[in-house]
Amino acid sequence: MESFKPNEPGRSDIAHIGKSVVIKGELSGSEDLYLDGEVEGSIELRDHSLTVGPNGRVRANINANEVVVHGRIDGNISATGKVELRKSAVVAGDIVTQRIVIEDGAFFKGGIDIQKTNKDQGAARTSSASAQTSTPVTSVTTPGSSTAASTPAPGNRG
Amino acid sequence: MTNFLTRLFRGQSSANHDPSAQGGEVPSRRSSGLGELTRLLKGSESLAILDLGPTSPANITHFTGLGHRVYNEDVLLAAQNPDYKLRNDQGGGINVDRFFQENLVFRNVKFDAVLCWDIPDYLAEPLVKPMIERIASVMNPKGYLLAFFHTKDAGPDAPYYRYQISGPDTLRLQRGPQFRLQRVFNNRHIENLFHDYASLKFFLARDNVREVLVVR
Repeated sequence: MESFKPNEPGRSDIAHIGKSVVIKGELSGSEDLYLDGEVEGSIELRDHSLTVGPNGRVRANINANEVVVHGRIDGNISATGKVELRKSAVVAGDIVTQRIVIEDGAFFKGGIDIQKTNKDQGAARTSSASAQTSTPVTSVTTPGSSTAASTPAPGNRG
Repeated sequence: MTNFLTRLFRGQSSANHDPSAQGGEVPSRRSSGLGELTRLLKGSESLAILDLGPTSPANITHFTGLGHRVYNEDVLLAAQNPDYKLRNDQGGGINVDRFFQENLVFRNVKFDAVLCWDIPDYLAEPLVKPMIERIASVMNPKGYLLAFFHTKDAGPDAPYYRYQISGPDTLRLQRGPQFRLQRVFNNRHIENLFHDYASLKFFLARDNVREVLVVR
């Protein structure tokens, strides 16, 4: 899946919460969300993406498909797809996801647990059986001018 | 606390920053301690690894790629928080109790390996021993801790580096904020610091750094 781009033309299906908005309570939805305001409580987007803008301040646990962070999050993140911490991100909490991208300069305090799907596990077993080895899958990408590390779901976890 | 972190990462730290030096890199260096740690962890999966240095995409990638869970807590950065400073009428110094109420708190995890880097050399004196004791309390028996210590040849202006893993026994050094070297430990000091641990193994390096692999 491509990275979520809030200003991408034609993406009118994305909900926006502006930087002057403050929400306390449970925030849930079934569409992608760009959040540049403040939320305290919980965020539930299930199969959709959340982007926390540079002015975004979140004190909540988050469940979503993809989470892209430019702002600040105090809380746990659970993503079925990917988590991206951009260079301006400040995140304190635990992250459970299949893939994570962290740009150099991001601040993170907490734990990262890379989960993999049943499909990945099956592929890993097949790969391991055929190659008789378990090479870690690690790659480094460079989005824009900054350095980032990308961690796909590892293929050697039981 | 988070306001402090935000200020710090926007370059408004109370630490003595040298912006021209930040982000600069020196050539990679070989690390015998890291090499030994890599060898000892080889074949294990789903271990819990604690990195006490600045957030490092390279280190997170390295360990999550091996199937481990990675925890990150930048202790040295947290110790710069002015909220922990005691007023003069309280005796000055740092509020150790409050610091450890808010940092290095892990309720549901025990670590199999801890990357301590050279933090004890730069950390305020009252925090050093309690930090080592706190780490011991959150490690699994037979867990490993990797620490670096400057030798007597390093001056007080020895630059502070971020250690980024670039291979099984290789580190890339990146200049960080200009934290000041607080002290130099000799071998006896190091042994005393880790006296609650099971064993220590020293590795001498060429660049005025003594590497120590400690077993809980």
